[in-house]
Amino acid sequence: MTAGLAERAAPVDPMLPRRFHVVDTHLETRDTVTLSLVPEDGVDLAFAAGQFTMMHAFGVGEVPISISGDPAGGVLKHTIRDVGAVTHALVRAPRGAVVGVRGPYGTGWEVERGAGGDVVVVAGGIGLAPLRPALLQLAAHRSEYKRVVLLYGARSPEDILFGDDLDLWVREHDIDVAVTVDYGPPSWTGRVGLVTTLVARAGFDPHTCQALVCGPEVMMRYAATALVDRGVPPGRIRLSMERNMKCGVGLCGHCQMRELILCVDGPVFDYDQLAPLMDIREL
Amino acid sequence: MRTIAEYLPEHPFFDGLDAPTMDLVVGCARNVHFDEGSTIFRTGEPAETFYVVRRGDIALEVHDPNRGGLTVASLGPGEVVGWSWLVPPYRWMFDARATSLVRAVALDGACLRGKCADDPVLGYALMQRVAQVMYGRLQDARVRLLDLYGSQP
Repeated sequence: MTAGLAERAAPVDPMLPRRFHVVDTHLETRDTVTLSLVPEDGVDLAFAAGQFTMMHAFGVGEVPISISGDPAGGVLKHTIRDVGAVTHALVRAPRGAVVGVRGPYGTGWEVERGAGGDVVVVAGGIGLAPLRPALLQLAAHRSEYKRVVLLYGARSPEDILFGDDLDLWVREHDIDVAVTVDYGPPSWTGRVGLVTTLVARAGFDPHTCQALVCGPEVMMRYAATALVDRGVPPGRIRLSMERNMKCGVGLCGHCQMRELILCVDGPVFDYDQLAPLMDIREL
Repeated sequence: MRTIAEYLPEHPFFDGLDAPTMDLVVGCARNVHFDEGSTIFRTGEPAETFYVVRRGDIALEVHDPNRGGLTVASLGPGEVVGWSWLVPPYRWMFDARATSLVRAVALDGACLRGKCADDPVLGYALMQRVAQVMYGRLQDARVRLLDLYGSQP
């Protein structure tokens, strides 16, 4: 009996990170870096667009980071903004460094729900990173969708992420990309204004489209309102929420939002599920 | 070729205005166009016109002697430019520059003000619409002041 127990595989500790090697670092903006990672054990990390991992900077701590790479395969990518001690350590990790990764966790964008219709993607700031896998998926299966529109708001021209991707999506994948910045220097010839101002002008069928929104929560609230005002049903708007995630597996309760545990039930939700909760300040 | 009377009512700004009221507006209207890079109006000049944009893009700017034109907002088709024609002392507070070829309908401010004074229905309808535009731009400016992308972890 004892031998039988011993032969069983030991349960995987959900809190134990796997070791990944940094094989490339790419400076996206002055404070944002994309890390390319390969697993030390050789087992690739499969994920759905919109999922996140808990990234561990050994000796510093752990933070939730959305995956920004291609869900179809290839090297695992995370795009990280330097905003705290852990992210500071991660963005400074050199090629060859080892970082910890738990996951992937949470729900995805479920991009395929928009098949056969228009898809409008609204991103603000670093919120474009979690949406990049969805856009790569849309580009790879472009013929399955009608119009695909990306509306992207950044702080300034210097803060625009994935500039090469934006050009490629326009040029080769028939994706309409509109970019606006909050602050435009004299050299900027593009649009200045809030990303929500793009919603009214964008060409998409509001009644049948699928909308994906990611950015700071205040921006998402305004973007979702603008989409609803345009006629998009709340059940066809998906938002990615990030509030105080600590464990990533629904154990600690830090990210609880009334009946929702964001790290397990989310991070991506339909707006009709979130809308009643987003204005409750006590949550 | 379509006339102003035909296409102006289709502009979102005038959505919901009945035909007799719209006729009053059309009486103050003329077609204009601005080449890319040209100045539509300048800060401090008399604000005598209200532009209804049909095509092209316009940058509202503040000129800084050291940095040049700083864009505070971009406007385009389906939008309107200028409300200084409505509020004394009727002077532009920003520069407006065409960032691409612009085709617009220019409404004479004094003409509109006179008709609004004579016809409260038109006056209320126009005020409602201008207030809605101002409300949207104020919301836009307030949210941008929060610097959401700069301060969020």
